[in-house]
Amino acid sequence: MPKHETPLLDQLISGPWPSFVDDLKTYAEYRRKNPNNVEYQIPEDVVDDLLGVLELSYVDKETHWKHGGIVGVFGYGGGVIGRYCDQPEKFPGVAHFHTMRINQPNGKYYSTEFLRGICDLWEFRGSGILNMHGSTGDMVFLGTRTEQLEEVFFELTHKFNQDLGGSGSNLRTPSCCLGMSRCEWACYNTQEAAYQLTHEYQDELHRPAFPYKFKFKFDGCPNCCVASIARADLSVIGTWRDEIQIDQEAVQAYINGEIPPNGNAHADGDWGPFDIQKEVIDLCPTGCMRMEDGKLVIDNKNCVRCMHCINVMPRALRPGNDRGASILVGAKAPILDGAQMSSLLVPFMKMEEPFDELKELIENIWDWWMEEGRNRERLGELIKRKGFRELLKVTGLKAIPQHVKEPRHNPYIYWYEEEVPGGWQRDIKEFRKRHLR
Amino acid sequence: MAFISSGYNPEKPMENRITDIGNRHYGEFLPPIIKKNFGKWIWHEILEPGVLMHKAESGDVVYTVRVGEPRLMTVQYLREALDIADKYCDGYLRFTTRNNIEFMVDSKEKLEALKKDLKERKFPGGSYKFPIGGTGAGLTNIVHTQGWIHCHTPATDASGTVKVVMDELFEDFQKMRFPAKLRISMACCLNMCGAVHCSDIAILGYHRKPPMIDDEYIDKLCEIPLAVAACPVGAVKPKKKKIISERTGEEIEVKSVEVNQERCMFCGNCYTMCPSMPLADHEGDGIVIMAGGKVSNRITAPKFSKVVVAYIPNEPPRWPTLAKTIRKIVDAYVKGAKKYERLGMWAERIGWEKFFEVCDLDFSHHLIDDFRDPAYYTWRQTTNFKFIENFPYEYNKMKGDIILKAK
Ligand code: HEM
Ligand code: HEM
Ligand code: SF4
Ligand code: SF4
Ligand code: SF4
Ligand code: SF4
Repeated sequence: MPKHETPLLDQLISGPWPSFVDDLKTYAEYRRKNPNNVEYQIPEDVVDDLLGVLELSYVDKETHWKHGGIVGVFGYGGGVIGRYCDQPEKFPGVAHFHTMRINQPNGKYYSTEFLRGICDLWEFRGSGILNMHGSTGDMVFLGTRTEQLEEVFFELTHKFNQDLGGSGSNLRTPSCCLGMSRCEWACYNTQEAAYQLTHEYQDELHRPAFPYKFKFKFDGCPNCCVASIARADLSVIGTWRDEIQIDQEAVQAYINGEIPPNGNAHADGDWGPFDIQKEVIDLCPTGCMRMEDGKLVIDNKNCVRCMHCINVMPRALRPGNDRGASILVGAKAPILDGAQMSSLLVPFMKMEEPFDELKELIENIWDWWMEEGRNRERLGELIKRKGFRELLKVTGLKAIPQHVKEPRHNPYIYWYEEEVPGGWQRDIKEFRKRHLR
Repeated sequence: MAFISSGYNPEKPMENRITDIGNRHYGEFLPPIIKKNFGKWIWHEILEPGVLMHKAESGDVVYTVRVGEPRLMTVQYLREALDIADKYCDGYLRFTTRNNIEFMVDSKEKLEALKKDLKERKFPGGSYKFPIGGTGAGLTNIVHTQGWIHCHTPATDASGTVKVVMDELFEDFQKMRFPAKLRISMACCLNMCGAVHCSDIAILGYHRKPPMIDDEYIDKLCEIPLAVAACPVGAVKPKKKKIISERTGEEIEVKSVEVNQERCMFCGNCYTMCPSMPLADHEGDGIVIMAGGKVSNRITAPKFSKVVVAYIPNEPPRWPTLAKTIRKIVDAYVKGAKKYERLGMWAERIGWEKFFEVCDLDFSHHLIDDFRDPAYYTWRQTTNFKFIENFPYEYNKMKGDIILKAK
C-alpha cells in the first residue's frame, strides 16, 4: 500500500512517454518490500514521502523545499546541495534531502559494472533516486541525509575511484560532446580536453575561490551539441582552417538520389527529390559553393565553416585536416543582466595534449576575473563592464577584425594615454598663448 | 536500520581521506568497437528514427539505438537499462546531453533483437520505459531542471510539464517529419539551470508577485546587505520597521528591507540570497514560453529565444494550456518552414508579426522588451512590416487599455 494517496500525480502515469511517477511508485513499493534485505541507511519510506510532498506541491502549486543550508563534505566547497523539506512532520522520510553531484565520465559512456556499483551505493546510502544527468553534466544523486554525505563520499573515492563534481562559486564540472569517440566531425578530442582540464583544476573545482561559477564546455565542431556557445564561460568549439574534403563521387551519388541527404534525418517528410542547388549551394551562408563541370567547387577562403553542407552530405564532405578549435568566452543565462552568448576571442588554437595554450589562456582570464570581478559577476558581465579591450589586454592578445560582427557604431573611443603623442598632461598656459581667454 | 560505516572516521576526517581525484577516464568505459575506431569514423546515417549507423575507416559499423529516459529515475529503472546493455551491448551504454540513453551494438542481428526488446518494455501504467527515437529532423528529449521535486525557487514543476509535453508530441519523437531538428528545453525558474535561452522552444517557470518579507526573522536568517545587493534592479532597500512580534505579541523595532514593488521583475534573486523573502504563489506563478533560439552555427549564427507567450497558469497535473500552446507553435512551424529551417530562422523569414498570426498567439505589452539597452534593438526601426489580421493596426482601432485585468 502506498503511504500517501497521490491522485494528481497518478494522472501522470498514462501517456506514452516514460512516466517518472510510475517509476517512483514502483520503486517505492520495491523499497518497502526490500527483497534483497538492504540495510537502508536513510528512511525506507523516502520515496513514498517524496511522492507525498510532490503531490502536495501539485495541490498547492508551490514548492515545499527550503533553502539549502550549509552542508557538504570536509574540505570541499561544492558538490553537495543542501535541501530540507518545509513539511518534515508530514514527510519525515525527506526531511533532509540533499543532492550530491558526481563528476560524470566525459562523453557519458559507462560500463554496466561501474553503474551497478553506483546504483547499489545510492540505494544503500540514499534515496535510490537520481538524475542521468544534471544539466551541467554530472550524475546527480537526489536525496540523502546529512550524516550520509561523508559516507557516500568515502565509498565513492575508495571503492569507485570517483570524485564529486562542482557547485557554487567555483569551476563547474566540465562537459563535452562525445567527440571523436563516435562522431566523424569532431575536430579535436573533446573528451580528453575535458578530462585533462577537470584533473588540472581540481582545486578550483572543489574549493570556491571565484566571484561566481565558471564553466568550460567542449564541442567538437560548430554544430555545438553541448551548447557550449550558450552555456559556458569558456566555449571551445572545434573547427578547421584548410579545405573541406570533397569526395566527388559521393557528391554525384547524392545528386543521383543514391544516398539520402542529411544522413536520412528527413526521412518522414515529404520533401521531394534531393536538389543540391536548392538544399546546399543556395543555403550556404556565404554563397561560396558552386557546381562547375558537374563537380562541386568550394571557395574555402570564403567558407565560414557553418557545417551545413557537411551535415547535408556527410559521405561526400568532411571537415579539413588542419584542425583545432575556436575559443569563445562569456556565455551565461539571463540572470542577472540578460542572457549572453560567448564572444569569439581566439579564432584558432591547436588542441593538442597537454593543452598548454588553452591552460595559459584560462589562467590569464581567471587572474583578471578574480582580481576585478564583483561578487556574483560572471565573466561575460565583467567583459561587458570593463570592455572587450580589457579582456584583450589581460590575455595579451591583439585585436583583429574577427572579434566583431561589425565595427562600433559610435566614435566614443577610449584611447590609452600612451597611444596619443605627448600624452594627456598639457600646460594650459601654453594653450592660452595660442588661444586668448 | 543500523548505521553501517563506510570506513570514514568522523573523529579523524583526514585519516585515509582521498580527495581531488576527479572523474574516471572515459577510456575505461568505451565499448570495444568504439575504442578500436576512436577518431576514425567516416560517416553516419539514420537508418530509421532512433537508430543510427556509424561507419569507420576500418569498415567496422556500429549501430546505435537511442531511447528517451525521464532524467529523474530510480536505480531500479537504471538497473533495467544496465540489464539490457549486458544482454546486447557487452556491458556498455552511454547517455546523451539531452537525457537519452544510447545502446550500441555491432551487428544487424543484435540490433533487431535489441529494438524488439526495448519496444516491449513498459511501466505498469502503460508508458514506454525506453521509447526509441529522438534523432534527425524530429523532436528529441526535453532537457530540464528539478522543479517541485527538489528545488526551493521553482515557479512550476519540471518533470510534470516535461511529461505532458512529451506525451503531446510523442509521435514526433519517433518520426522525422520536421523541417529541421526541434529542441525543447525546460527550466523552472529564471536561474535557468537548464539554460533554456537558446532553444527552439523553451518552457520557463516565472513568478509574478514581488517577494513577501518575513520582517521578524530576516535579520536573523539573512545578511541584509547581500539581499539588497542581489537585486538586479535595485528594488530592495534596507529599512527599520516597527512590527508586532509573532512570538511575544509586543511591538518591536527590527532591521528589515523594503521592496519597491513597481520596480521588481520577479527574478527571485533576493530569495536566493535570503530565505526570508519568498516569492512563490499559487496564483502568481506560471510559465513563460520562449521560441526561436538555437545553439548550432549551421547556416545562421546561434540565436537567443524570444518570449512569445507571457503567461500560462500552472495547471497540474497535466498543464493542458501548455501542451496545447506548444502544439500550436509546432504545427504552424511544420506547416510553414522550409527544409533545413530551424524555428527561429522560419520566424525571422516570415517576420515575427506573422509568427503571431500563424501560431494564433496573443500579443501584449509583456512581449515588448523594456529591460535595459538591448530592448531598443528589438523594437522596429523600419516601415517594413506585414499587416496581419488578428491584431488592430489602424490608429483608431488600436485604442484601448494595455493592462489585462486579472480575473
Ligand atoms: C542566481 C543564480 C542561480 C542560483 C541561485 C542557482 C541555484 C541553483 C540551485 C539551488 C540548484 C540546485 C537545484 C536542486 O537540485 O535542488 C541549481 C542547479 C543548477 N544550476 Fe543554478 N542557479 C543559478 C543560476 C544558474 C545559471 C545562470 C545556470 C546556467 C547557466 C545554472 C545552472 C545550473 C545547473 C546546470 C544546475 C543543475 C540543475 C539540474 O541538473 O537540474 N544555474 N542552481
Ligand atoms: C556616453 C556618454 C555621453 C555621450 C556620448 C554624450 C554625447 C553628447 C553629445 C554628442 C552632445 C551634443 C554636443 C553638441 O550638441 O555639440 C552632448 C551634450 C551634452 N551632454 Fe553629453 N554625452 C554623454 C554623457 C553625458 C553625461 C554623463 C552628462 C552629464 C552628466 C552629459 C551632459 C551633457 C550636456 C549637459 C550636454 C548639453 C550641452 C549643451 O547643450 O551645450 N553628457 N552630449
Ligand atoms: S558538436 Fe560536432 S563533433 Fe561534437 S558530437 Fe556534435 S556534431 Fe559531433
Ligand atoms: S560549411 Fe557552411 S559556409 Fe562553408 S561551404 Fe559549407 S555551407 Fe558554405
Ligand atoms: S531552474 Fe531554478 S527552480 Fe529550477 S532547479 Fe534551477 S534554480 Fe531550481
Ligand atoms: S524578485 Fe528580483 S527584482 Fe524583485 S525584489 Fe527580488 S531581486 Fe529584486
